[in-house]
Amino acid sequence: MIQEFLAGSLIYWLIAILFLLGIYGILDNNNFMKKLMAMNIMQVAVILFFLVLGQKMGGTLPIMIGHDTNVDHYINPLPHALMLTAIVVSLSTTGVALALLMRIQGRYSEIEEDDILRRMNK
Amino acid sequence: MREQLPALIVVVPLLAALASPFIAYFSKTLVRWLSIAAISVALISSIGSLVHALTQGTWHYHFGNWAPPWGIEYVIDPLGGAMAVLISFVSLVVAIYSGPFLKEDTWLKKGIFYSLYTLLTTGLLGMVVTGDVFNFYVFLEISSLTGYALIAAGGHRATVAAFRYLLIGTIGASFYLLGIGYLYAITGSLNMADLVEKLPPLIDSPVVLLAIVMFVVGLGTKMALFPLHGWQPDAYTYSHPAATAFIAGVMAKVPAYAVLRFFFFIIGSAAAPVKAALEVMGWLAAVGIIAGSIMAIAQKDFRRMLAYSSVAQIGYIVVGFAVGNTLGLIGAILHIINHAIMKSCLFLVAGGVKWRTGEHTIEKYAQLCRKMPLTMGAFLIAALSMVGLPPTAGFFSKWYLVLGALEANMWPYVVIIIISSLLNAIYFFRVIENIYLKKASEPSEEVKGSLELPLQMLVPIVVLGLGILVIGIFNEQIVSQVLLYALPGGGN
Amino acid sequence: MAPEILLDYRPLWAVLISLVAAVLILITGERPNLRESWTILAAFGKVAIVFSMLPLVLSGQVLEIAPIHVAKGISLQLRVDTAGMLFAALASALWVVTSFYSIGYMRGHHEKNQTGYFAAFAVCLSATMGIAFAANLLTFFVFYEILTIATYPLVIHARNDEAIKSGRKYLAYTLIAGQLFLIGIVWTYLIVGNGDFQAGGFLSLNHASVGALQTIFVLMIIGTAVKAGVMPLHGWLPAAMVAPTPVSALLHAVAVVKAGAFGILRVIGYVFGPELLSQIGVATVLAWVAAFTIIVSSLIAMKQDNLKRRLAFSTVGQLSYVVLGVSLLTPLGFLGGMYHIIAHAFMKITLFFCAGAINVTTHETEISRMKGIGKRMPITMAAFTIASFGIAGFPFIVGFISKWNLALGALQAGKGLYVAVLIGSAMLSTAYLVPVGYMAFFKTSDKFTKFGEASNMMLIPIIITATLSLVLGVLPNFGANFYDLAVMSAQSIVKSIQLVGGGW
Repeated sequence: MIQEFLAGSLIYWLIAILFLLGIYGILDNNNFMKKLMAMNIMQVAVILFFLVLGQKMGGTLPIMIGHDTNVDHYINPLPHALMLTAIVVSLSTTGVALALLMRIQGRYSEIEEDDILRRMNK
Repeated sequence: MREQLPALIVVVPLLAALASPFIAYFSKTLVRWLSIAAISVALISSIGSLVHALTQGTWHYHFGNWAPPWGIEYVIDPLGGAMAVLISFVSLVVAIYSGPFLKEDTWLKKGIFYSLYTLLTTGLLGMVVTGDVFNFYVFLEISSLTGYALIAAGGHRATVAAFRYLLIGTIGASFYLLGIGYLYAITGSLNMADLVEKLPPLIDSPVVLLAIVMFVVGLGTKMALFPLHGWQPDAYTYSHPAATAFIAGVMAKVPAYAVLRFFFFIIGSAAAPVKAALEVMGWLAAVGIIAGSIMAIAQKDFRRMLAYSSVAQIGYIVVGFAVGNTLGLIGAILHIINHAIMKSCLFLVAGGVKWRTGEHTIEKYAQLCRKMPLTMGAFLIAALSMVGLPPTAGFFSKWYLVLGALEANMWPYVVIIIISSLLNAIYFFRVIENIYLKKASEPSEEVKGSLELPLQMLVPIVVLGLGILVIGIFNEQIVSQVLLYALPGGGN
Repeated sequence: MAPEILLDYRPLWAVLISLVAAVLILITGERPNLRESWTILAAFGKVAIVFSMLPLVLSGQVLEIAPIHVAKGISLQLRVDTAGMLFAALASALWVVTSFYSIGYMRGHHEKNQTGYFAAFAVCLSATMGIAFAANLLTFFVFYEILTIATYPLVIHARNDEAIKSGRKYLAYTLIAGQLFLIGIVWTYLIVGNGDFQAGGFLSLNHASVGALQTIFVLMIIGTAVKAGVMPLHGWLPAAMVAPTPVSALLHAVAVVKAGAFGILRVIGYVFGPELLSQIGVATVLAWVAAFTIIVSSLIAMKQDNLKRRLAFSTVGQLSYVVLGVSLLTPLGFLGGMYHIIAHAFMKITLFFCAGAINVTTHETEISRMKGIGKRMPITMAAFTIASFGIAGFPFIVGFISKWNLALGALQAGKGLYVAVLIGSAMLSTAYLVPVGYMAFFKTSDKFTKFGEASNMMLIPIIITATLSLVLGVLPNFGANFYDLAVMSAQSIVKSIQLVGGGW
């Protein structure tokens, strides 16, 4: 039973917790940089989720080994391919965010949300 | 060439976007024309594809000749085609309008602006023509990232607004990605047409329910559905004035299209969880309509007022989905089109006034009717259309929504729509009073002659303004020849 | 006998001609003479178009244009039937008179924003034609809302705080009512599938429950009654009197308020029909409200010292005659109500013209300061007195004919009480209008000693409308066969060939 849980759905629960931690971090932190890092954590959770979907007990890398054409021996490569794209997206999002943060830092000399909002509305 | 039309919709603007910074280095004027030309090609291809979809049925285009469900497929049905025409049309109009804003900028700024702008267009167009849910995500992120950058280009306030939008927008996109993860987990497919076939037997699975919840949160955030609209007023208010009209007019409509696509085409609105989700969204939208309108009344900044009004207007569209019968859906789709054109027109006017006079508060609009009569004439039409007075386009989408809600016996929605029309009237007539009635506070500043905008700004505004009337009067042609086929079930 | 239907685009031209004029007026705003000539041209053109259709309508034919479809069963269409012809002929004829008067008034007063004024005026007339010729509920509503919006710039013409306040009040009343009207219309389309006006009504008990029909009726009546100024929805009308006098004259005596009254006629006679209404019983309530309005507004009018406000409350009361007439559901009630649309228009426009002429020449607006004004402006005040007697219902003036038929209609319905209301109101009108004429001629004051009428541009319209009030009082069919038109449409609504009694 526990064995089954550990092998089966535990990982999904962990990923869900990671995802929610990420969102909590974005909403709760006051520092823009910390928010950004929390966002990355959230994205990693999504990426893990997809990778776990493609995982398979005893499967190996989806690279043709010898002439083994039995698909059961390989893990599903599609989620990996998708996640390559998602990682690129995540990277560029982080890049844009960092560029924006530098602009904010340059203008306000700080990246604390409440201070900036107060100064912005003046 | 003709059989490649669906690919051209996306590929041409994409290439133009990549080339823009380089072209700008050589010629600052050429880059704008490059964007305009690329978007025109996209518009023509969209129209061609739409006509094809209407006359010969849905167009399936296999990218690189990889057959679905493995390859990526572009599917142009009447709904997607109509959206593509709408997006490329508004994009073209705004691109023409954007010229004077960037006259003073360096080649780099100009090149990057047009690069981002065409890329945003690409992303939005890609979202509506793709037949693959993951491809949709990629285009969603393309449009979002370029959107963040264009918003951030509006100044230091805009940078903060863009950063906050980026965080919220990424949460929304992640929810969407999780949603398609669930669908993939249960069906093993990412192709929309494939999903349509594989989902029905699994419809009662809790995994599908979870996916639906994820879509509601994810797409709801992206379309600024109340109460997930927090990012939107700042973003619309401060974004780069040359692009605001496109961002505010169209960007939130594409997720609305996605809701329609997922809930009515892919999963099917007969499923109990979708019904429940639509009902929840409908009520949120109803609250959003009222809350957005009231917030709009409280605003002093014209652009901010328009932004809050968008929260309300997105609500109209969602109410149409929630009503869910043919009339309600026609109303919703028609309102996607109408609102895109009305709101773009209004933001073009706001941008033009800011560009000419530097003012953006409603109070400072006094007596503009004398200085820019044509611009204000277009504003008047758009405003009346927002209120929903005949014979403007806004009246007819409201007409269908009310008709649908009555048919479905959903009286609360009827009441909400009517109340909202009156609230709209309050805040738009306040602006009209300022423009036409109030004496300018400083008569010494009486500017000699006309302040009318240069032609390349004026023509887009007037075209959209007249477009509202044309759509209003000829909406039957649009409804019976396009939209009826765009509904789930296609033309029955 | 089904009327013969002719495909004819003249109704469309009648609507468009003043719209085109409005555009030309805006373009040529810098040159007043050219600008005004557009108004005059359009006014004459419109009258010519409308009256050229008159013989066809009188011979029992119906003209209509091909519909522009909006959706299944929903279309925009214009059709000229007897009732529409009645209203259109009235509005277009009086527009000619008012155009001259307006030019005289605006120039005499050196008003600002004249371009916007004349353009909005022309749009209003287009909307009025559209309302008259609308073939279905949607078309009616479209023009009804255009009228609402086009009137707004006229109400706020003065551009001062009072005008803006009145403008807001006007919009609040009309827009809210318009939205309620819209619900009623959409509901009707939903249960019937279309909204084509049909003499005698197209709704029946088969379509919906009694409760639903009653609700639709109330929604539609609220939508139209606001413009017709039926109490308690009349609040905007006296406030809107801040508008220039020609506006009050044409719009608040002819176009806008009559559009409301005409709307009530359409709803009762062409949507519900007397038969259905007598089954669901709500018309009686409307008749009571109208009777209440007639009496109370007359009482309020007596207390007003501002001439235009007094006339405004008189308008509120007089319009309810129309409402009362049609809600009696009897043939003569319809006839009287419809003819009162005509009668009241001629009399009230004369009164407003006079008020405007007094204002322009002497700058007086209060009745108490008009003692002896008959010395200075005898022609104007004579016209005023004639129209006053007409409003009170004296024989040989046009108001008598409609009231006579209204009274007969009430008797036909077996409700003698309404006759008492009519008589009471006639006495009250005598009490609040005739003294103005009395004061003008039989009191003296050192203010008005010299003769000095308003300019001919204003005086001639006054003479024309006052004369017509007299002529129509003797020959009710003079000019546009108004009486025949009213008889024909009353017949078509109640579906009886014979109108018992009638005439006088």
